[in-house]
Amino acid sequence: MQQSAEFHTRVEHALANGQIKTSFRSAMDGLMAKRKAAFPDPEALETLRFRGAQIRANSLSKLHELLEQLENNCHKNGIQVHWAERIEDANNIVLTIMQNHQADLLIKGKSMVSEEMELNRFLEQHGIECIESDLGEYILQLAGEPPSHIVAPAIHKSRQQIAQLFNEKFPDIPYSDDVDRLTRNAREILRKKFYAARVGLSGVNFAVAETGTLCLVENEGNGRMCTTVPPVHIAVTGIEKVVEKLEHIPPLLKLLCRSATGQAITTYFNMITSPRKQGEKDGPEEIHLVLLDNGRSRIYEDDELITTLRCIRCGACMNHCPVYARIGGHAYGSTIPGPIGSILEPQKAGLDKLGDLPSASTLCGACAEVCPVHIPIPKLLNRLRFERTRNDHAGATLGQSSGRTVMEAGIWKGWSWVHSQPRLYRLAMYIITRLRKLLPQRIGPWTQVRKAPHIAQKTLHELALKEGFNDK
Amino acid sequence: MTEEKRYPEKPEKVYYFGTCLIDLLYPEAGLAGMQLIQREGIEVVFPQDQTCCGQPAWNSGYRVEAIRVAQHQLDCFNEDYPIVVPSGSCAGMMRHHYPEMFKGSTDELRANTLAGRVFELTEFLEHVLKITLEDLGSPVKVALHTSCAARREMGVATEHEALLKQLSNVELLQQSRKEECCGFGGTFAVKHPAISAEMVSEKANAITATGADTLISGDCGCLMNIAGHLEYQEKQIDSRHIASFIWERTHATER
Repeated sequence: MQQSAEFHTRVEHALANGQIKTSFRSAMDGLMAKRKAAFPDPEALETLRFRGAQIRANSLSKLHELLEQLENNCHKNGIQVHWAERIEDANNIVLTIMQNHQADLLIKGKSMVSEEMELNRFLEQHGIECIESDLGEYILQLAGEPPSHIVAPAIHKSRQQIAQLFNEKFPDIPYSDDVDRLTRNAREILRKKFYAARVGLSGVNFAVAETGTLCLVENEGNGRMCTTVPPVHIAVTGIEKVVEKLEHIPPLLKLLCRSATGQAITTYFNMITSPRKQGEKDGPEEIHLVLLDNGRSRIYEDDELITTLRCIRCGACMNHCPVYARIGGHAYGSTIPGPIGSILEPQKAGLDKLGDLPSASTLCGACAEVCPVHIPIPKLLNRLRFERTRNDHAGATLGQSSGRTVMEAGIWKGWSWVHSQPRLYRLAMYIITRLRKLLPQRIGPWTQVRKAPHIAQKTLHELALKEGFNDK
Repeated sequence: MTEEKRYPEKPEKVYYFGTCLIDLLYPEAGLAGMQLIQREGIEVVFPQDQTCCGQPAWNSGYRVEAIRVAQHQLDCFNEDYPIVVPSGSCAGMMRHHYPEMFKGSTDELRANTLAGRVFELTEFLEHVLKITLEDLGSPVKVALHTSCAARREMGVATEHEALLKQLSNVELLQQSRKEECCGFGGTFAVKHPAISAEMVSEKANAITATGADTLISGDCGCLMNIAGHLEYQEKQIDSRHIASFIWERTHATER
């Protein structure tokens, strides 16, 4: 299993990374504390989460209808809508728009869908330069790395590493590891790019069907720059991001900001409803909305797995995940890491490619406990484990049964056989308890950090009989 | 997370589901739980045909195999008595996952009925038996690790603590990041041993740092994991299932 070996290598690499153990872990602690402080009233939080789940579930239940409504209303507002079934389609749409405007520079706001599309690489192959303008994303672009977190993409990097990186890439700028200085430097570099770019790109946090409004949540103002300074704005998003009504935005926004960073609201919140109108002084002349499917429709078809698509990308599940906290985002090898990535990405890419992700969880439930839209993540992880091993050729998940091995299936068959026949079970336990001294004291990786469990002299079944507890 | 739970009146009889891990590794903990209930004047029925709740296969994706084993438990616990389980994990499986497992099958009703009768041991002692404990032991410092299933699925973290707080000579210490998983996760520990090792060693260190004499847990999976690591590191900390711990400190009241 090639993909398993690669995953384990990445995990080992991450576990050996001292920085994950120290600064990354405390960054996660910080995000957890901020979220907690942002929701001081548990009852109010539950009510809000319930409302969030309801809104997202409702949107998904009439997805087709809402997408049509969104398209119509965007059209009325002067926003051009493009549908992309696959990543290639979405990339080509963006490329065509760039070419139509003879644009060779794209200034980008933060967009996980553009990461999913590997848009930068694609456009660069066509001679177009892409510049990330979100500070974290810009740092990673300089470092040539993918994001390790969906909200704080460069959270795995220390201030000193970033200073070093800037120094390498911009030797003319005096070295500094002062955060304000570094930010100011990046700002100066990026400002020129904003003016030079003919096209700006952004993601979308929520697309409102009833008004044709694209909502964008951000903290740096780069999103507003990307969507207002260049003459053309392209917004890329997944088809699941649509919500029915404008009144649905405040609760979702509240949940998103507080769950993600503990902020009551982000520094910038953009609602984009049309290109520049006659007489207006700013805003782009053209807006394009690219709606990407890339496997989402398939997820949509399953009554249980559809809840995956409720996600509003707050990242709270990763901040609270004990596995993510140990291995960081890169080890997952997927665009979106952490618990939500472990259910979403294998469904998109196929269990044959990312089938290890659902198993890399203790099912501790910390993610579901904080999910602002009640995605039952552990339940879905379990479901995907099933999809990966089932061999009845039912269901539609990509890469189904790819993880089933003769040995594992054999073990569970034998286990099931013994545990459904009480006499056989009691006999087996009797034998094991009697032979306990002869059993190996080393059991694979378990005993590399633990002593082997101590098998009892007598089972509880025997003790219960001996102590006179009734059987019926 | 869990819905408002309703507890029955104190019954005359209960079923006891001992769990497979207790059966083989911690039978004294299983017995202690039974004795605690019996001491309150309740008949404890231990069906000899019980085996395992089915969780190991269920969480590994082998649903057909899990369902077969779970079906067998439906047969064993078919009378209308409450079912007490000395494990948050196995209780969670039976209470919350059986309905899902048997949805749409001919056993659906049976599974739902059984699920509604399942109680984790400490919640049963606390809310149904309203047990009062007299501590006869000498002063001791303990750390409690509540399993993720007990905490999040069964919602009985407070019940664990409430029982320990009844014991006057027991000082309950708080380890850092106590809500975090110990890294067991069933087959997770086998499939991802390196991550599991990292998690258990951090958990064990946090517990050692409290200066506790004894580690207590209501789940034997966690206990086997954390205590196994403490033992490997030759740390002088005892470990006990919460039922054993309570029974050992209180059982001499009965003469």
